[in-house]
Amino acid sequence: MSAAQNIVVIGNGMVGHKFLESLVAIDDSKQYNITVLCEEPRAAYDRVYLSSYFTGKTAEDLSLVSEGFFENNNIDIKLNCKAESIDRSAKTVATSTNETISYDKLVLATGSYPFVPPVPGHDRDNCPVYRTIEDLEAIKESAKGSKVGVVVGGGLLGLEAAKALHDLGLETHVVEFAPRLMAVQVDEAGGTLLRTKIEELGVKVHTGKNTQNITDGDQCFHKMEFADGESLETDVILFSAGIRPQDAIARESEIELGPRGGISINDHCQTSDPDVYAIGECALWGGMIYGLVAPGYNMAKVVAQHISGTGTDTFEGADMSTKLKLMGVDVASIGDCHARTEGALSYSYNDEVNQVYKKIVVSADKKLLLGAVMIGDADDYGNLLQLALNGIELPANPEALILPAMDGMEKPALGTDALPDTAQICSCNDISKGAICCSVQEGAHTIGDVKAATTAGTACGGCAPLVTQVMNAELANLGVEVNTDICEHFAYTRQDLYNIIKIEGIKSFKALLEKHGTGHGCEICKPLAGSILASVWNEYVLDDKHIGLQDTNDIYLGNMQKDGTYSVVPRMPGGEVTPEGLIEIGKVAKDYGLYTKLTGGQRVDLFGAQLHQLPEIWKRLIDAGFETGHAYGKSLRTVKSCVGSTWCRFGVDDSVGLAIELENRYKGVRGPHKIKFAVSGCTRECAEAQSKDVGVIATEKGWNLYVCGNGGMKPRHTDLLAQDLDKETLIKYIDRFLMFYVKTGDRLQRTSVWMDNLEGGLDYLKEVVLEDKLGLASELEAQMEALVDTYQCEWKTTIESPERLKRFSHFINADEKDDNIKFVEERGQIRPASEDERLKNVDLIAVS
Amino acid sequence: MTNFVDVCALNDINKDTGVCALVNGKQVAIFRPAATDELFAVGNFDPIGKANVLSRGLISDIKGQLTVASPLYKQHYVLADGSCLEEDVSIPTYSVKIENDRVLVAA
Ligand code: SRM
Ligand SMILES: Cc1cc2nc3c(=O)[nH]c(=O)nc-3n(C[C@H](O)[C@H](O)[C@H](O)COP(=O)(O)OP(=O)(O)OC[C@H]3O[C@@H](n4cnc5c(N)ncnc54)[C@H](O)[C@@H]3O)c2cc1C
Ligand code: SF4
Ligand code: FES
Repeated sequence: MSAAQNIVVIGNGMVGHKFLESLVAIDDSKQYNITVLCEEPRAAYDRVYLSSYFTGKTAEDLSLVSEGFFENNNIDIKLNCKAESIDRSAKTVATSTNETISYDKLVLATGSYPFVPPVPGHDRDNCPVYRTIEDLEAIKESAKGSKVGVVVGGGLLGLEAAKALHDLGLETHVVEFAPRLMAVQVDEAGGTLLRTKIEELGVKVHTGKNTQNITDGDQCFHKMEFADGESLETDVILFSAGIRPQDAIARESEIELGPRGGISINDHCQTSDPDVYAIGECALWGGMIYGLVAPGYNMAKVVAQHISGTGTDTFEGADMSTKLKLMGVDVASIGDCHARTEGALSYSYNDEVNQVYKKIVVSADKKLLLGAVMIGDADDYGNLLQLALNGIELPANPEALILPAMDGMEKPALGTDALPDTAQICSCNDISKGAICCSVQEGAHTIGDVKAATTAGTACGGCAPLVTQVMNAELANLGVEVNTDICEHFAYTRQDLYNIIKIEGIKSFKALLEKHGTGHGCEICKPLAGSILASVWNEYVLDDKHIGLQDTNDIYLGNMQKDGTYSVVPRMPGGEVTPEGLIEIGKVAKDYGLYTKLTGGQRVDLFGAQLHQLPEIWKRLIDAGFETGHAYGKSLRTVKSCVGSTWCRFGVDDSVGLAIELENRYKGVRGPHKIKFAVSGCTRECAEAQSKDVGVIATEKGWNLYVCGNGGMKPRHTDLLAQDLDKETLIKYIDRFLMFYVKTGDRLQRTSVWMDNLEGGLDYLKEVVLEDKLGLASELEAQMEALVDTYQCEWKTTIESPERLKRFSHFINADEKDDNIKFVEERGQIRPASEDERLKNVDLIAVS
Repeated sequence: MTNFVDVCALNDINKDTGVCALVNGKQVAIFRPAATDELFAVGNFDPIGKANVLSRGLISDIKGQLTVASPLYKQHYVLADGSCLEEDVSIPTYSVKIENDRVLVAA
């Protein structure tokens, strides 16, 4: 073995650091004397997540250097030390600290710098850029005492910078030279939608603007003058108009550059001098500079192999597809998104209502996917990228790839089985399908395990859905059962836990956890156990031993709204209410200034109540004869009714009377999810009973019982369970049906989905409920009877207990109100103020 | 010197729940996990939901770390250091101690 080689790396950015990691991972580093020159005051950090510095991450959080990395690997890192020049014949580098360092191999990883257009005035104060932690410090400083900020450049980085200015509380503008945002990655229609979305978030976008001069403003610090004669005043101007390769040191030492800059490299990332390599954003390969980390990381690995002589990988270019969330908007672009390939055809889908735009570009024979653009919804990114990268033949109707799934027309699923083992699933870390499958075979059976074993999905996270698909498919191939545990604390299904609690007579979460669980419980198993304990034992839900289990809504017996206030929904069985009742509700609403609305469930909802007001409000409602409506509970909501035979000329039976009776019978019963009923007085079905969990329709011969309907996200019509029933039988069947669902349903599974998953389906349900096949009927009825008998209005119990009321105050130690709750008036009532309205602080209604 | 302020009796906080206290103008969410004898104090403001509600979230043990799940959109915040497990945000943490069954917070 020859004497240790001297390796000098200029730049300790993301790629330079990856090179060091790759090199020491390959080989015993003692073989090399490694010196790293780092111009910045700190070693490598994650530039990709730079913006998170504004949302609380510190420089340490962003650091890419693992503990003891430099020391343990004998790497001499010189911070605040800039390489000034290279003497290629003497093979030395001169530094800003007047040192001269010899190299055998030199690696240039100098990255790039932000381009600032040479507009007159660009060098005024308060004109920062966005590349380093120091830049961010400078931006923070300029934002202090400023009101308006402009970002010059509407590309990817510009929009990220705009978000930062917006978050710093500035009125934010984006000024873009091109006629649309993100012109490189996105087509015109996509750019237009992106603009709409971003403007809705309160950032003003100016496209087609050529800045000609920057001078003193009248209201603000600067005034920007545009070629079209218009102008814009602002306190801060952030330049994000593109990046330029940091190639000066190479130019001065006569290393070959591209015609427009960038250090030219071959497939081994060698420059025109074979002992000098260039990697990352300073390097030019095949006429391209890759402004993303993934290609840079590949170059780093290629050079580590080449220098150590341990591999023959070459750099072969990289895919520039991207998926990101810009200001909360999903944006993705794949391959040839502008359809520039000869003969390329495109399909697009533009949903202005939901603000989603998708386009795919396919080859002339419609067999291959060439490119795609997605704005507003990028869920298809992973699948489409795989189709494009692996040249997988498209289905006969490629448009279905981007159309929303309609009834009867399933989306053509790209089975991950169709992918070759070499398909790259995680592009950030270059992890193939084969590697993921391998880790699954070696025992990684959860997504967390797979991430840890392969690093797939640990960078941008965009590939996570696809990694999960690959993992699940491989688990299925291996015949491994997919995990149905409810969470990390209980290796059981909801049904298992229900049986355990019932059979072993377990009465508290603590006991359940000690006997059958691990850890301390979470927001999944706690409310689930709370709900089962209520279904089985029906104790007061805010009892000391149950209180910590209740979801936020149950714990305060009201639905939390977006601003932290609550809604108040008194029960109104069957939708029937007396004028006195209505007047009383009206008075309460008026006295507390609550927003009042009729719900879709035939009752009244009062919004905007603060925590401390809830007990007073409920006291008044209870005094007026109302009870809690359980609008917060996974329990019976409403039994809707139509007017029925008492008034309606077609009515066959008293639907209102039956609805009230049913609502009073089942109120407070807790289940896997919420439960809704309706009763119609004839087949005209004005109560829409056939879309409810339990629907009842009057006929000349008796009541018809329908079950397992759903409105909501995935509507399902009911199935007819039994016909022509008298009331007693009807109630008996409903008791059995509901208890059977409560006992066997999964967590958050409505009756509709439960039915669709029930082995044997409707016929089986009929056997259980009507024919008592399982011999459970009398037990189910008795359980329901017990629940009905132990019903209590939780609000009544609560206001009668001073101990419980303590928790209904915003502060435990003060009478002050939450000063973050702010309302404005709309159509004569209150509504929560938007963020913009809060900032401007106008027309806010004082909260009492 | 950190100045501890007496905010309430230990028993004012039900086991496995949180309360909110006003300490030097700051809204502080104090939690009393059933799992330990320790209390935790963090900011009450949910940076994602943008409302003062964290004290009303469920205490959740995620892979051995005690967290509070935001009542609005369910992100988890680690009680010990205020970091968020899902998003790039964090919340402040404060010192809290129990003396003679009283809860003291420094914020
Ligand atoms: C208030 C109300 C809207 C209104 O102003 O009309 C409403 C409001 C909410 N609904 Fe609803 N739903 C309301 C009637 C409905 C209806 C209509 C009905 O009941 O006839 C449906 C479709 C019918 C159905 O459920 O099958 C409905 C389907 C949903 C769904 C979807 C359920 C599904 O199975 O797909 C959700 C989400 C969920 O539960 O997971 C939901 C969830 C919600 C939540 C709880 C969302 C949330 O977590 O904050 C809203 C609570 C607001 C609040 O604080 O009160 N809401 N929601 C209605 C209250 C009815 C009542 O008096 O209790
Ligand atoms: C805000 C932001 C968001 C981004 N988001 C993404 C993203 O989502 N996805 C993605 O793939 N990419 C993203 N990027 C790009 C990504 O950060 C770069 O591709 C990556 O950092 C390039 O690594 P590098 O090592 O080549 O350059 P750099 O990370 O810039 O490192 C170069 C280092 O060399 C130093 N240096 C230069 N000259 C000298 C010298 N003469 N002597 C000593 N030191 C010197 C510099 O100071 C610097 O520290 C983003 C960039 C920014 C700024
Ligand atoms: S439809 Fe959606 S927005 Fe409307 S009340 Fe129901 S949950 Fe809320
Ligand atoms: S693609 Fe970014 S983490 Fe996998």
